[in-house]
Amino acid sequence: MVSFKQFADFQMDVLKEVGNIGAGHAATALSRLLDKPVDMLVPKVRIVPFEEIADSVGGAEQVVIAVFLRVDGETPGNLFFIMTQESSKRLLKKLVGLENAEDESYSDMELSALNEIGNILAGSYLSSLADFTNLNMYPTVPSVAIDMAGAILSYGLLQFGQMGDHALLIDTKFLEGNDAVEGHFFLIPDPESFDKIFIALGVQTP
Amino acid sequence: MIQDNLIKVGMADLNVTRLTGVLKTTGLGSCVGLTLYDAKMKIAGLAHIMLPSSEIAKEGNINIAKYADTAIPELIRRMEALGAVKSRMEAKMAGGAQMFMFSGNSDTMRIGLRNVESCREVLKCHSIPIIAEDTGANYGRTIEFDCETGKLVIRSVQHGVKEL
Repeated sequence: MVSFKQFADFQMDVLKEVGNIGAGHAATALSRLLDKPVDMLVPKVRIVPFEEIADSVGGAEQVVIAVFLRVDGETPGNLFFIMTQESSKRLLKKLVGLENAEDESYSDMELSALNEIGNILAGSYLSSLADFTNLNMYPTVPSVAIDMAGAILSYGLLQFGQMGDHALLIDTKFLEGNDAVEGHFFLIPDPESFDKIFIALGVQTP
Repeated sequence: MIQDNLIKVGMADLNVTRLTGVLKTTGLGSCVGLTLYDAKMKIAGLAHIMLPSSEIAKEGNINIAKYADTAIPELIRRMEALGAVKSRMEAKMAGGAQMFMFSGNSDTMRIGLRNVESCREVLKCHSIPIIAEDTGANYGRTIEFDCETGKLVIRSVQHGVKEL
């Protein structure tokens, strides 16, 4: 079994490109939905201790909205689309014109809309990756949750939990204009998926 | 609550304290936060358990704090080293939620439930009673255990603060 601490720099670059392509297409999809430009930052590929998994979204106790999909197929993994509550409310307002009170609750309609947005974005993330790698990847039906980032993201770590205390995370952040709808894509491939990704992209594994 | 003596317990981690101190672990989803307490000696322990059994481990050197079947014995051992007596220990637990709902529930998705069951079994083997628990449902929890009072405070986003 691979040890993640031993990935070479060029392999990390390949994974970065994986995040770039996937999130790039998802950002395009979001941009079409909003009819506004959406910027994207260079993806970060990090091997993080479980403790720090939630740091880039504000820490384990930070309340976030997450749409989670399990990726099935040749390279199984977990995909999260994560937003702050403020961002999600702005997104809802723009996209579906759901005018909502400033409180922290979400109606069924809002949750359903978020679920669908997550579905569209994650679908474009995965289909672009599948095209790029020629590997089969298909998403499960998404599920949305509003909770502490630590509690949510720990779900993506279970496959890693069986073999270590670190996980490899491909994190892409995107921003929309001045109103700053900010979100993250977290792709956490299962440990056994890395070899397949590398082989599919013609990268020799040492 | 006075926070100057907070002892943080990370994911797949455990710790113990004597007389004073508040053991805290954040963001419990499907993980289980399990506390043991010897009220007479005021010795407390907290484990943040991630997976039900070390049998599924694929790692070489396993992190014993991660699995229910290895973390609980270690917690007992560490507390006994401080002077606690096993027959006096009482357990409380929180967490083991199912954060996401799926139609085809695979084993991974029901991990919270399995963690809770596994903790129950291991505690039963050690004849340690569970005097309070807040497990299951679909929300995350942050917990704090006060060694002085033996109280377990559970915070969640949707349900506020609860004390066990």
